[in-house]
Amino acid sequence: MKLKTALLISAMALAPAIASAADKTVGFSQIGSESGWRAAETTVTKQQAEERGIDLKFADAQQKQENQIKALRSFIAQGVDAILLAPVVATGWDSVLEEAQDAEIPVILLDRKVDASDDLYMTAVTSDTVYEGEVAGKWLVDAVGSEECRVVELQGTTGSSPAIDRKAGFEKAIADAPNITIVRSQTGDFTRAQGKVVMESFLKAEGAENICALYAHNDDMAVGAIQAIKEAGATPGDDILVVAIDAVPDMHLAIANGEANATVELTPNMAGPAFDILDAYWADGTMPPKWVQTESRLYTADDDNQAIYEMKKGLGY
Amino acid sequence: MTETRKPALRATAIDKFFAGAIALDQVDLTLYPGEVHALLGENGAGKSTLIKCITGAYHRDGGTIELDGSPIDPRGPVESQALGIGTVYQEVNLLENMTVADNLFLGWQPMRAGMVDRRRMNRRAAEILAGYGLHIDPSLLLSSYSIAIQQVVAIARAVELSGKVLILDEPTASLDREEIDLLFSVVRELTARGMAVVFITHFLDQVFEISDRATVLRNGRVVGTRKLADVTQGDIVELMLGRHLEATKRKSQQTEPGDAILSLKDFGKRGMIDPFDLDLRQGEVVGLAGLLGSGRTETCKVIFGVVSADRGSAQLRGTPVRLSSPRTALEHRLGLCPEDRKTDGIVGDLSVRENIILSLQARQGWTRPLSRSRINAIVDEYVKALDIRLASPDMPIRLLSGGNQQKALLARWLATEPDILILDEPTRGIDVGAHAEIIQLIERLCAQGMALIVASSEMEELVAYSTRVIVLRDRRQVRELQGDEITTDRIVKSISQGESAA
Amino acid sequence: MIGATFRRITPQLIILGIVLLLNFLVFPGFFSIEFQNGRLFGNLIDVLNRGAPVALLSIGMTLVIATKGIDLSVGAVMAIAGAVAASVVTGGGGWFTALIAALAAGLLCGLWNGVLVAFLRVQPIVATLVLMVAGRGVAQLITEGKIMTFLNEGLIFLGAGTILGLPTPIIIWLAMGTLVTFVVRRTALGMLIEAIGINETASRLAGINSRVLLLAVYLISGVCAATAGVIVAADIKGADANNAGLWMELDAILAVVIGGNSLLGGRFSIVASLLGALIIQSVNSVILLSGMPPEFNLVIKALIIIVILVIQSPTVKHALYLLRASAGSAVPEAHAVGPRNSPAKETRS
Repeated sequence: MKLKTALLISAMALAPAIASAADKTVGFSQIGSESGWRAAETTVTKQQAEERGIDLKFADAQQKQENQIKALRSFIAQGVDAILLAPVVATGWDSVLEEAQDAEIPVILLDRKVDASDDLYMTAVTSDTVYEGEVAGKWLVDAVGSEECRVVELQGTTGSSPAIDRKAGFEKAIADAPNITIVRSQTGDFTRAQGKVVMESFLKAEGAENICALYAHNDDMAVGAIQAIKEAGATPGDDILVVAIDAVPDMHLAIANGEANATVELTPNMAGPAFDILDAYWADGTMPPKWVQTESRLYTADDDNQAIYEMKKGLGY
Repeated sequence: MTETRKPALRATAIDKFFAGAIALDQVDLTLYPGEVHALLGENGAGKSTLIKCITGAYHRDGGTIELDGSPIDPRGPVESQALGIGTVYQEVNLLENMTVADNLFLGWQPMRAGMVDRRRMNRRAAEILAGYGLHIDPSLLLSSYSIAIQQVVAIARAVELSGKVLILDEPTASLDREEIDLLFSVVRELTARGMAVVFITHFLDQVFEISDRATVLRNGRVVGTRKLADVTQGDIVELMLGRHLEATKRKSQQTEPGDAILSLKDFGKRGMIDPFDLDLRQGEVVGLAGLLGSGRTETCKVIFGVVSADRGSAQLRGTPVRLSSPRTALEHRLGLCPEDRKTDGIVGDLSVRENIILSLQARQGWTRPLSRSRINAIVDEYVKALDIRLASPDMPIRLLSGGNQQKALLARWLATEPDILILDEPTRGIDVGAHAEIIQLIERLCAQGMALIVASSEMEELVAYSTRVIVLRDRRQVRELQGDEITTDRIVKSISQGESAA
Repeated sequence: MIGATFRRITPQLIILGIVLLLNFLVFPGFFSIEFQNGRLFGNLIDVLNRGAPVALLSIGMTLVIATKGIDLSVGAVMAIAGAVAASVVTGGGGWFTALIAALAAGLLCGLWNGVLVAFLRVQPIVATLVLMVAGRGVAQLITEGKIMTFLNEGLIFLGAGTILGLPTPIIIWLAMGTLVTFVVRRTALGMLIEAIGINETASRLAGINSRVLLLAVYLISGVCAATAGVIVAADIKGADANNAGLWMELDAILAVVIGGNSLLGGRFSIVASLLGALIIQSVNSVILLSGMPPEFNLVIKALIIIVILVIQSPTVKHALYLLRASAGSAVPEAHAVGPRNSPAKETRS
């Protein structure tokens, strides 16, 4: 795929400016900026709104639901045309969503879902985390062919839903490949430092020569693990294949340097599809399905990772 | 008192060993119903150990205990309490942040429908306390009452729970005269009801005031049990020490005081001590007399900078100084042995050695540690000079007896070679032997030319060593006594009449 | 002197030995150390290397706890120091400038805590809680919420380099531990810190300047935390403000406690705390090497630590002492061996 197309899909997704979207006001209640990905989502959302001439009212909740509820009430009071909500927790939204419904303001959930009746919101735009794991697993199945492959797995925070889903998706993908086995699986808490520490113990316990691939539930852990592999005297990306999920800039750089092999993108562009849905709704009242999945695109060494790295770096990752 | 009566409690041939050392050696103690029995002895004689063996806090190594004629073997204070032996300690063992009623009924609260019946509890508490002549509101926090009342609440609790034998371990140590009277009236009330009371104290006057008999312990052995009606204080002291205590008589006249060293003008702190003037000369002891709360301790504190004065001026050998903190006082070669040894004096877990060099080291600063040989020399010198009795200077100071702790604190200050030493109640709560030694030390230091300020509630003591006595009342200096004026009579008169300062 | 120190840390040495043996049982190759790529390579080296942050924190924490205080902010200070170091090198500064800037940030944080505790008399747990919460925010402001990666070789060397085959962090914590121990024990600082921890009123009345000492321990704690923060950032070539040092203050406190130091202040041993840090890291190592599913991590860790703390409890110690005394031929010397709460404390003058 050409770089230009990639950019279009991944971040910009330039939709033709439709007249009906212009001069509309949309409120966006963001969780906060607890991770680079979250910061990128904020940046992309603002860019998307600007492209389409939408007046975006942005509210940072600093990880607090009460702040989000306040922001939503304020959006309702201001009479915005629609609300984007990235909910910090799943429960406790019913009454404020009802208020929005009473005011006839459509609400679109971004990135996460809530435990509320689905007629209280228009739709939820999220990625499919199980599918992300599947894409990573499929890549590995294709990459190793019929060779024996002993895989070590760096899990996300124990008990968190992305960790559970990404593990399940990966296991589903390799279920039909008896030559691929997960020999060690331990949590790296989604952090770079723990990724490195845990990978060190994997390397000691199994021996670098006995590990064929690393699957990490996020790129940060993979980046940490890559350093551990190098310090153990092995070559990441070659002796040990590295596949992870998220597609953060540093991972693109690692792929560009040949130290990692593949990553599945969790796109920060949740707002693009959301605005598309709103455009269609404002144009002719089209109602979307209750769940809109974002694309989980696979990046490998075939892409121009250096260029993607440069571009993504500016998004606030 | 007829000895043919059945004893309430009889402990026979109690033995207790600690790591090879004998703490109690064949100790007998017999209590009759309705008597107050004083348990006397120097610190470390084995009084507390005996009590702990009786209540089961310690496991005795030999001997029998009979309560009302039947042998008992309590394995802890809770069990002995249930059997009928209640104990009240000097530091009240109650919960200050709960109400009086809570404290009285903790563990056996009256219940209704699974809940504490607070109304009934408060009413019962008021009734019980009224029986002790206390008419207070039991629904208020314990901490809102004085130590004496807390003490009575503790006694009431012990009596309600036990009811046969009551052990009072130094109950009067922190009480003033009126409070002691209250306590004693409660004790008399209890003995009239037939309880046996064990009274442990250092105050011999109080022993003779309230007790019927006394058992004296020395080095873990009973040296005698006496009916107090038949003996004098001197007899008891002789038993305790095993020797005659030299009567502390006032010497004709000490050495002539030297030059003025500290001069305080209009010195005071609002709410603590009214402004006063004081000229302190080398080689004199200025005694501070007065009742509890009269300003003795406050005077010591404000001079040493524990609380800095808010008015007046201080001159040290003619040079104006600001005594704003203990640290600056230390730098100006002042020293203070505080009244409350445990909380303000010793650093319990540090060794005796470290406690002795603490102030000297503090003055040198942390960057210039004293050398090991210097420390050893200082510690050896003062351990010997003050006859501090210890197994090793490396043992934590909290393990020493009260008298030895006090000597170690004196050593701490003497090691700094002070010009002025302030002693606040230097002999409180320590045994008779150490008491005499400290008084001798005060006289010796004075003779060497040191200037001392000594606050004490023991007037005989002040009379013995003071060059001058300043009498305080209601936080004000009311009188200064000099030379032949210094007698207990005059001091008492000055305190009670509040004569205006001459 | 040496004998007393050895006796003090005997329980920690025994526990460390047992946990290391546990490592050996779950992974027989545990004790093998190889020399490859110019560095020592082995699980034992990992324990020493990965234990570095908690070991460094425990040095400062020991002193703070000895004064009856606590420093909850060390994890956040790590994040700040890492962020400062990273922003200096990404801004074109050298590694040494970055290190100095990070340590200065640590000192500043220590100063903040110290002033609150020593001068404004705020309770230590409250005073340091402020920085624990706010500090991570400061670090996030510096990194703008992302992982600030860097490629400065000098800085990376501090976390991932080797000196004579030993990973740099090991050298750093050993050096820091030795330095601080030397300073507190060769000067009177240690004794004065213990004095104010045991009885601050009495110490003040004895003429000790408790404010300056309190300030000093929080400054030392800040510097130790900053050093740990630089190591952690250098190790992953990036300052991760969200996660660097997260909850590590609890591990540091635990290390001090496993080291047999009382949370009520007073007598302390830095060596014992360092052993405590190594014990914690060895427990982590057991978990990683055992290959158990991560759901068991916290349960295993909790179980091992409960056992360690129970063994160290005064009651159990006393029971062991009695056992020894009754089984042993000679009655032990009362004050040298007797546990703190034994009845042996009664002395007779």
